[in-house]
Parts: sequence; C-alpha cells; structure tokens
Amino acid sequence: MSQSATDPRQFRAPPKKPLRLSWADERVRAIFWQVLIVGIVIAVVWWLVRNTQHNLEVRRIATGFGFLNREAGLPIGEALIEYTPASTYFRALTVGVLNTLKVAVVGIILATILGTLVGIARLSKNWLLAKVAAVYVEVIRDIPLLLQLLFWYTLLQGLPGPRQALNPVTGVFLSNRGLKLPFLDWEVGHSWGLMAFVVGCCGLYLFAKAMRRRQMQDGQPRPIWPAAIGFLIGLPALAWWLGGAPVGIEWPALRGFNFQGGMSVSPEYFALLVGLTTYTAGFIAEIVRAGILAVAQGQWEAAQALGLRPGVVLRQIVLPQALRVIVPPMTSQFLNLTKNSSLAVAIGYQDIVSIANTTLNQTGQAIEGIAIIMLVYLTISLSISLFMNWYNSRIALVER
Amino acid sequence: MSFREIEMTLQPLRRATIGVLGAVAMTALGVLPAAAQAPAPAPAGASILDAIKARGTLVCGTNTGLAGFAQPDSQGVWRGFDVEYCRALAAAIFNDPNKVRYVPTTAQSRFTALQSGEVDILARNTTWTLSRDTSLGLDFAAVNFFDGQGFMVKASAGVKTAKELSGATICVQPGTTTEQNLTDWARANNVQFTPVVIERLEELVSAYASNRCDAFTTDVSGLAATRASQPNPAEHLILPDVISKEPLGPLIRHGDQRLVDLVRWTHYALVAAEELGVNQANVAQMAASDTRPEVQRMLGKNGGLGQMLGVSNDWVVNVIKATGNYGEIFARHLQPIGIQRGPNALWTTPGGQQYAMPFR
Repeated sequence: MSQSATDPRQFRAPPKKPLRLSWADERVRAIFWQVLIVGIVIAVVWWLVRNTQHNLEVRRIATGFGFLNREAGLPIGEALIEYTPASTYFRALTVGVLNTLKVAVVGIILATILGTLVGIARLSKNWLLAKVAAVYVEVIRDIPLLLQLLFWYTLLQGLPGPRQALNPVTGVFLSNRGLKLPFLDWEVGHSWGLMAFVVGCCGLYLFAKAMRRRQMQDGQPRPIWPAAIGFLIGLPALAWWLGGAPVGIEWPALRGFNFQGGMSVSPEYFALLVGLTTYTAGFIAEIVRAGILAVAQGQWEAAQALGLRPGVVLRQIVLPQALRVIVPPMTSQFLNLTKNSSLAVAIGYQDIVSIANTTLNQTGQAIEGIAIIMLVYLTISLSISLFMNWYNSRIALVER
Repeated sequence: MSFREIEMTLQPLRRATIGVLGAVAMTALGVLPAAAQAPAPAPAGASILDAIKARGTLVCGTNTGLAGFAQPDSQGVWRGFDVEYCRALAAAIFNDPNKVRYVPTTAQSRFTALQSGEVDILARNTTWTLSRDTSLGLDFAAVNFFDGQGFMVKASAGVKTAKELSGATICVQPGTTTEQNLTDWARANNVQFTPVVIERLEELVSAYASNRCDAFTTDVSGLAATRASQPNPAEHLILPDVISKEPLGPLIRHGDQRLVDLVRWTHYALVAAEELGVNQANVAQMAASDTRPEVQRMLGKNGGLGQMLGVSNDWVVNVIKATGNYGEIFARHLQPIGIQRGPNALWTTPGGQQYAMPFR
C-alpha cells in the first residue's frame, strides 16, 4: 500500500478544468464557504463595534485617543527616559513600554543562560549536581509565578533600612530601598567608547565572516581572538582616550531619607527579574535537556571516532541537531516570560500594564487603555516570534 | 492505507460537517443584521432601579478591605460605614437591608465595574471630581464623608510636617485622586520623592510597614483606619498637613435619575434623622406618635414622599430601623478607629458640614 503513496505518478497535477458556476464544482463551493465565513466574521465585528459605540454614547463616556496629549500627573518610580508628572500620558505609557522591555530583555537573556546551565547540570554524571538541578526544576515549575514574585518581594523587604544598609564592598549598598552601585560619572568620552564598542562588534562580525570564507577556500583555520581583543577592547579604549579619558566615578551616599547618586536597582525590578528568570529557567532547563537527549549517542561516538575534539563535537555535531529541537519551544518560553512580566502590578513595578491601568482609571477610557496594552504585547510578541523564526530557519539543518 | 483511501472514508464526514456549519452560518447571518439594526435596549437606557427590583438584590461595589469603611468580619459579613449605605439603600428598596451582594473592587477596577454594570452602586470612599462626574460617565449622589489627604510616617523617623519629606520614598495607591494630589503637591512645594505604587491596599500597607517607604499617603480617614489595624498604632504618626479636599460619596453610572435621587435622599434621610432626633431605637414610636410635620412627612405618615421616589412611603422607617441615623453609623464604625466627627458633624454644630435638604 505504501508504494502507491511514493509513486510519483500519483502526484501529477490534474488537468485544469474551466470554472463552472455550479454547486458540483469543488472550487465554487470552496469560494462560497470562504466568502460566507469572512462575511460572518465582519458582521460580528461590526456588530460589536456598533454596540460598544452605542453604549458608550448612552453612558456619555468619553472616547478617542485625545487623552494621550493631556498631562498625566501620575508618579513613576523608575524611568529610562526623562519623566515628570507634568509629562503627557503618551510619555508615561512610553516609560511603561520601556520598563516592560527592560525586564523582558534582561530576563530572557538571564533565563536562557541559567536554564541552559541547569539543563546541562541535570544530565551531569555528578550525582549531587544532577539531583540539585532536578529538585530546582521540579520545585520552581510547580509553584505559581505570582507566589514566587510575592516571595522574592517580601524577602527583599526584609532587608535592613537605608540607614543600616548592608555594605559588603565600598560603594555598594544593599537595603530594602534596593541595590545601590557606584557608576561612571557619565561624560562624552564614555559615549564615544560605547559607540566604538558597537562599531567594533559589527567589525568583528564582518572580519569573522571573511576569515570563514578564506577557511572554506584553503581549509586553514585562522584564530580570530587577537582581532576580537582589538575590536572589542582596543577600539573602545582608544575612543574613550580620545574623548578625554574621563575617570570620574559617582558614589552613592546616604543623604536625608535615601541614597543619592550612583546606579540603583529597585527592589520591585529586582524581585520581578529574579522571579521571572528563575521560573522560566526551570522550563528552559527541561527544553535544553530534551534537546541534548534527542541527539543519538552514536553521533557523539562517531564524531569522536573521527578524532574531533569534544568542543568541536558539541559545537559542530551535537548543538546543530539539538537546537532543531530546542529553538521552537524556546520561543514559547520567551513569549511567556514577556507576558508574565505583566504580573509586575502585584509587586508595584510600573510596567505598561500598571501605567495603562492607572491611565484608564484616571481617564475612564477602558477600551482605549486595554487596546494599547494589547497592541504593545502583540508587537513585542510578534517581534520575538519573527526573530526566533528567522533564527530557527538559519540554524536549521539543511535536509535532503 | 493510502492517502486517497483515507480521503474517501472522510468524505461523508466532511459533507456532514459542512452541512451543519452552513446551517449555523445561515442562521447567524439572518439574525445578525437584525440585531445590529436595533442594538438591544441598552441597559443604561432602561431604569437601573427597575433592574435592581426585578433582580431582588442590590449589587454594591465596596473596598477590598478598609477598616471602618468596608471589611468582612470574622463571620464573613461585610461591615463598615460604606456598607451601611448599601444596607440603607436595600432597606429603602426592599425593606430588607440584607438583600445586598457585595463586590470588593480595587481602586483601579472600581469605575470599570460600575460603568460595565457589574455593580449597581459604588459605596467605596470615592472622591467626587469633575472628570469622574463627566467623562467617566458617573453620577455622584451625595457627600457622605468630607475628607482630606494626609501622610502617615513612622514616629521614629522624626518627621513633624509633610514638607520635611523631601527625598523620601512614598507609598501610594494607583488610580486614585491621592496619586494625583501627591504629584500636584510635590510640584507646588518643590518636594522630590520616589513613589512606590502598588494596587492592592494590603500589599501597599505591608510595603510601608516593612519600611520600604518612609511615608504612606491616602485620605486621613484611610490613614486612621490603617493606623488602627497596625500591630502597634503608637509607632505611626499622622502628620498634621492636609493637602487636598476629598469629598467622598456613593455614586452610580449615568442613565437613571430616579436611582440617583433615591441614593441622594437616602443619605439626606440618614442626616435628617439625626437632626430630628430619630434613631434606631425610637423610630417606630416616632412614626406612630411624633406630631412634628417634617417628621410625619419623612416617616411617611403623610405627604407621599416615598411614592415620589418610587419606593414605599415608610421607606425612611425601614432605613433607620436597619442602620440607625448618620450619627449612629458614624459612632458604630468610625469613632472606634479614632476618626472624629470634625467636618462631618451636623451643620448645627460649629465646623460641621453635614446638611440635609428639606423633606417637603
């Protein structure tokens, strides 16, 4: 029976028939049903919109996005861009989006690193390490995230007040107001150095690509680490030196109620970041373990038999096959982490949900507020999906 | 089995499915345009009061838990100043103060709950402001509590006035007038502060209690309630500064003037009863024997005032029997947690602002 499926003659395209306007024609039926379904969807949406408009009118609730240009008057604890209560709602919401991105991006990176380490540890031959990793995964996965966030937040609140702050290293203060670190007294030279670093990354990428091409031609591997040092350290250092070599450092100091100056990490952000990272890492660990186990033992042995070094075996043989299994579920975890960051409202980290909620409460425009939240999450999630799909297709094995 | 064979077996099943789907789709298509032409009689257009009467219970939005104003007791029964207003209204409509279902709402969810019809009335220490009265589509019925915003700090911090709070971290609930007053006040007085903004009151108070914030700000009544519920109230100090006017009162959504009237006059009935010396203990006897004309009109002996509001003529008797007058409600719930009458005394006492319109 199975030969019939593989027989190429079975799959020759049937000759094109002219479209007959009859119920008997399969294509006419297909078009009819599709038009009907689309029509129903449009009718339902139209009805919902009309109904909403009507009810808003009856209740004389304001509509439209005009409120975005009004003064917000809401206080925001931490903002990546300049914000005062005199700023507009639009700016307040932008601060919220950036705060969401700040926790999502850092969370995704840390969760991937932690999750990969735990996943590998669980496969370790060291009995203790493997069991510790297993317990971590089982405990973290089985407790609701909201509880974990509240746990971390309560834990951080148990730290001493700013006057009795822990001071493990000079200039570093840990209190229930957060972590205070000394930071560069930012000057133009630092900006130059940062720009040079970005340029260096691009340069290194192009250089590595060129070296790879040369290796393909003559088979000689060429080390790229000397160039990497030059591009990533030498170039920024040169730019920093040309920019006047600023060395000022801003130290946090207790003034009045709180520490002033330096860099600070708020307990809300820290609790959210730790909660999201450890929770998602539990899932990522299992995905990584599954991916590695999916590569047959024979692949390792065959590669070693060819005389390849273990590092090369992992990079060139095992990982490409494991990533095929790892990347698609990983995308889901990244999306989960991003969306779970909306639990921030529970512990007072002002992400987009928190700020949009306050906005809709002050303006009374719930539909617009929720639409903004949905738009933001949809945009972030689709961007992550698109990037991961691109990455997936790039690393996918070329199958023949 | 080849692909084609599977296809053949599935064919009848597919036809049946398409048939059913088609029938459903046809029905939907036939019904929808009709529904769209005449959007169902909007609930807001119809009388909310009639809907409450038909349902047999009043759905009342309250605070999630604020001592003195609305909090479930150890038996799970809601008690408090705002809760008494729900009970009074239920007594006016049904002659039964227990026909109320309480829906706890957070500061952020309360207006949406009211706008969408999830609750009939919000009795939730809510400040009357212009934008809430207009663009939020709400109707405030009366001011049942004149309040103002203040600050509470730890006594050990050594702060004596609010202006000394520059540089402090301040705990505040989002979506409240408190939040906006705080930023207005800080800008006007050049006070720098770091906000900690948490929606649930319990979480916010615990952040303040564990020293995450130097100060906690809300209405002075709320501060007193919070202070009273702390393990050691003497450790906390309410600063003398009052930075805003906070007229609190019950409210409903736009669209039913009769219900607004009833809520407003229920409040006036409670105040007028105190003015006229009618209380829970003597109301039945007063209704039977008091000869003062206003008392007779208010308690339904003559005048037919209840009918004008769409309830029975002896509605005030039912209300006072259920909750007592304004002064009794205040004494029962707010004085135990240390809130004095102050501006909420009757207008006949110096500084008092509670004033009932004439029952005529």
